[in-house]
Amino acid sequence: MSNRSYPPGGRPPVPPEGLPDEGQRYQAGGSGPLLEVRDLVVHHGQLRALSGISLTVYPGEVYALIGANGAGKSTLLRTIAGLHHPTSGSVSYAGKDVTGLRPEKRATAGIVMVPEGRRLFPSLTLEENLKVGASFARKGPWTIDRVYELFPWMKERRGQKTAQMSGGEQQSVAIGRALVANPRVLLLDELSLGLAPVIVQRIYATLPEVLESGITVLLVEQDVSQALRVATHLQCLLEGHTTLEGTPAEVTREQVEAAYFGAHVEPSHTPPPDPDGQRSNALWPGLTPSSRAC
Amino acid sequence: MAWVNAIIQGVLTGGLYALFACGLSLLFGVMKVVNLAHGDLATVAGYIGVGIIAVTHVPVLWSIPIVVVLMAVLGYVLQRSLLQASISRGELTTLIVTFGLSIIIENGLQQFFTANSRGLGVGDSFVTASFSIGSQITIAWLDLGIFVLAVVVLLGLQQFLSRSRYGRLIRAVADDREAAQMSGADYRHVFGIAAAIAFGTVGIAGICDGMITTLSPTIGTDTILLFAFASVVIGGLGSLWGTLLGGIVLGVAQAIGAQINPNWEPLAGYAVFLLVLVVRPQGLTSRGAQS
Repeated sequence: MSNRSYPPGGRPPVPPEGLPDEGQRYQAGGSGPLLEVRDLVVHHGQLRALSGISLTVYPGEVYALIGANGAGKSTLLRTIAGLHHPTSGSVSYAGKDVTGLRPEKRATAGIVMVPEGRRLFPSLTLEENLKVGASFARKGPWTIDRVYELFPWMKERRGQKTAQMSGGEQQSVAIGRALVANPRVLLLDELSLGLAPVIVQRIYATLPEVLESGITVLLVEQDVSQALRVATHLQCLLEGHTTLEGTPAEVTREQVEAAYFGAHVEPSHTPPPDPDGQRSNALWPGLTPSSRAC
Repeated sequence: MAWVNAIIQGVLTGGLYALFACGLSLLFGVMKVVNLAHGDLATVAGYIGVGIIAVTHVPVLWSIPIVVVLMAVLGYVLQRSLLQASISRGELTTLIVTFGLSIIIENGLQQFFTANSRGLGVGDSFVTASFSIGSQITIAWLDLGIFVLAVVVLLGLQQFLSRSRYGRLIRAVADDREAAQMSGADYRHVFGIAAAIAFGTVGIAGICDGMITTLSPTIGTDTILLFAFASVVIGGLGSLWGTLLGGIVLGVAQAIGAQINPNWEPLAGYAVFLLVLVVRPQGLTSRGAQS
């Protein structure tokens, strides 16, 4: 159980070169931000889900949004995809304001999401799912055949209905369906949800190839150690507010922990101190391997 | 032999019922819209056929493609405007809106075409032409033709849905609207296309009904809608071949009922309908259980 705790320091193996200052972030090709969210406020009915969130994603980044359940991560991602209408604030993509743009228009413009819970088309076969993804695709390197190269098991089972597949397989199909649209920004919502750790590792192992093809990734992850391993930049949300932002290299484990649970925002929420020995197991309640392998 | 004849006639009538039903089934399967104006729209299609033939004097069979195209356009426009607006306001709204549409159409037809019934002149030779097998079984070419047409329409629909790009998108949108949007599909447009196809089949059904019997402003809800509902429920929601099976079961039940006692024709049909609802509510083909 304890050997699943995140690697020492929770840092990715290769943090981006220096430049810790906000505003001078890692930029590929020196172009402007690809995705910019300004002061986003989103309500679900009476409930305020996001209270003024801003984020800037540069081309080539892997931007991770972390936070506990209900922090607003998925809402933020869905708002960027166009599925929620913000009460105020703006979303711009490649320098253009897309706040009022319908989700399908954003998808064809290059903002494609892998939704939480996969959301495959259950009455369609694997290949048909990919074909739907490719229906309104932009021009780019990703084709159905290339997805079959990325996930070689798919080719043999392309005629199968996805409803019969395992969670990990379905997640791969969902990723494939998004890739064939040739996104510029890929939004990944809780890839690891409900999957065994070994499957999560396998799915994240495909990320480098996705990045190599020039896709920028904005991901939501409840599994903090996983997020820290892959991210070049991260933001932690708590109850609709930003509690921490930076590169994984800049932030300490204690800072992440405090931001995740809101220790410095509302002291009353500080988890009771417990002996260091138990820390590694109890650090992220509900995220221990046994509970995640459902 | 009289029984065999009754069954054969019932099967052939079932083809017409399947034509009535497939548009209803498609609209429900894709958009979850229970279109209470379905039968009246078929009646409108029949009257459009009457009008086209009266004005242009084309043969009745030629009126079918014209009516299908007109109905398809009407379907797309109606879906993108009235139906889409009601879908966004909840399932109950679509019921009320289509019910209102049904009343408007019926009264409009009575206003313009009077309550008198009229037929679509097929040409006497085709209406009455038939062939006999043995001494008791007589099959009208018209009935057989409509049955074959129904099978062809269902086959075409099946092929379209399973093989074409838009067929795939229609199934995807029916599965998960939001996920389809995330793949770049404008579900409103896809709904419009599905409605256009459904209305096209409604057009065929209306003309066929006009050829077999006569049209009057109220047959839409009195017979077409009810038989379409019964066929869909008997066959199982969302399954095209189930719809054909449902139509045939309904047609055969009515024919057998009529054979026992002419008054029992509608009764027997609804008895089977109720029986299926009680014994196998998901329909004879069970795919409908998922919805």
